[in-house]
Amino acid sequence: MSEQDNRLSSRAEDFLALFSKGAEFSRELLKENERLRSRLAAVTDRQESAARNPEDWGKLRLELMSRIATLEEECTTVRERLDQVELENSQFAQRYVEVEEENNNLANLYVSSYQLHSTLDLDEVIRIITEIVINLIGAEVFAIYLIDGERSELSPVASEGMELSAFPKAKLGVGVLGKAVASNEATCWDTQRSEDLSQPIVCVPLVVQNRPIGAIAVYGLLAQKDGFSALDHELFNMLGGHAATAIFAAKLYSQSERKLNTIQGFIDLLTK
Amino acid sequence: MGHRILIVEDSPTMRQLLVFALRRLKEVEIVEAQDGMDGLRKVSSDHFDLALIDINMPVMDGLKLISLIRGDEALKEIPIVVITTEGANEDRDRALKLGANEYLCKPIQANQVLSVVKGLLKPE
Repeated sequence: MSEQDNRLSSRAEDFLALFSKGAEFSRELLKENERLRSRLAAVTDRQESAARNPEDWGKLRLELMSRIATLEEECTTVRERLDQVELENSQFAQRYVEVEEENNNLANLYVSSYQLHSTLDLDEVIRIITEIVINLIGAEVFAIYLIDGERSELSPVASEGMELSAFPKAKLGVGVLGKAVASNEATCWDTQRSEDLSQPIVCVPLVVQNRPIGAIAVYGLLAQKDGFSALDHELFNMLGGHAATAIFAAKLYSQSERKLNTIQGFIDLLTK
Repeated sequence: MGHRILIVEDSPTMRQLLVFALRRLKEVEIVEAQDGMDGLRKVSSDHFDLALIDINMPVMDGLKLISLIRGDEALKEIPIVVITTEGANEDRDRALKLGANEYLCKPIQANQVLSVVKGLLKPE
């Protein structure tokens, strides 16, 4: 068989397949048409019979009215259910936002406290506190103060936004900072930048076992930060406790290291 | 194989926080770099689908890193999100002009970062 014959045979087969599909479709259409015709005939019969007999007409009317009433009732129930579902949906959405926020806050608090307790080096602890205050709280000008135990005086040990020497020392219980630290309570006075370094806008006392060991004093926030959120207050509270214990632990560790070295020196002296 | 994201940030606290946030994305591999130079080394030696870059960093700042990435034929298509404390409009404009795709100011919210990152990652 030549190639041309093959092509012709293949086209004929395609045509036959198409024709069969068309025939099948026509048969289905005829069947559907028949079904609709019989349904229409039944409805027409019923209407004609009802029109001839007023009693049947009334019965049909009542039947239809009752069906309408049932459908309307169902519609009302479905609408009520839909309203209820919509309300539940909005409550779930609201709850989801709250859970997301809570999750975010917990992550911030976890990371901060994890970092604070990740070292026993005092400089490193101070650097981590600085990072948290800048990156998580959004402070631009602030100082970290530590109390000189003998003189009960707050001295700045680290600062951001201004030179360390610019920040004044403060006596415990005296002045805005001294009084705030003595009260052991984190205080927010304002969100606007304070040019007066004796008047911070936020003071977070660093407290170990109800004894203040220092404070974080904030004087200005980053330009994009326009107020304090619930998370900021949580961070202030967390810093008040965890930053204080981290500083305390680092100081104790450094003292014990020094003492250990001294003792080791004595032992070496005696044994050599 | 999921997406690979590079975090270039000098603050360990911020890096850990960003890792926490990004872990919520499915099948994501996160690599950390502690400054611009470290970031450049890592981004040049491996494939990344997105980079989160801080501006103020020691050794090499974020702006320099962005300009180097955008100037490299092999790296210039990587989406870049800047995360910084610099909130002024001129800082934002400078970073966007250099080729950053998004500019986020600290303090940031985890869902804010996630939505920006999701928007920039190409579907696999």
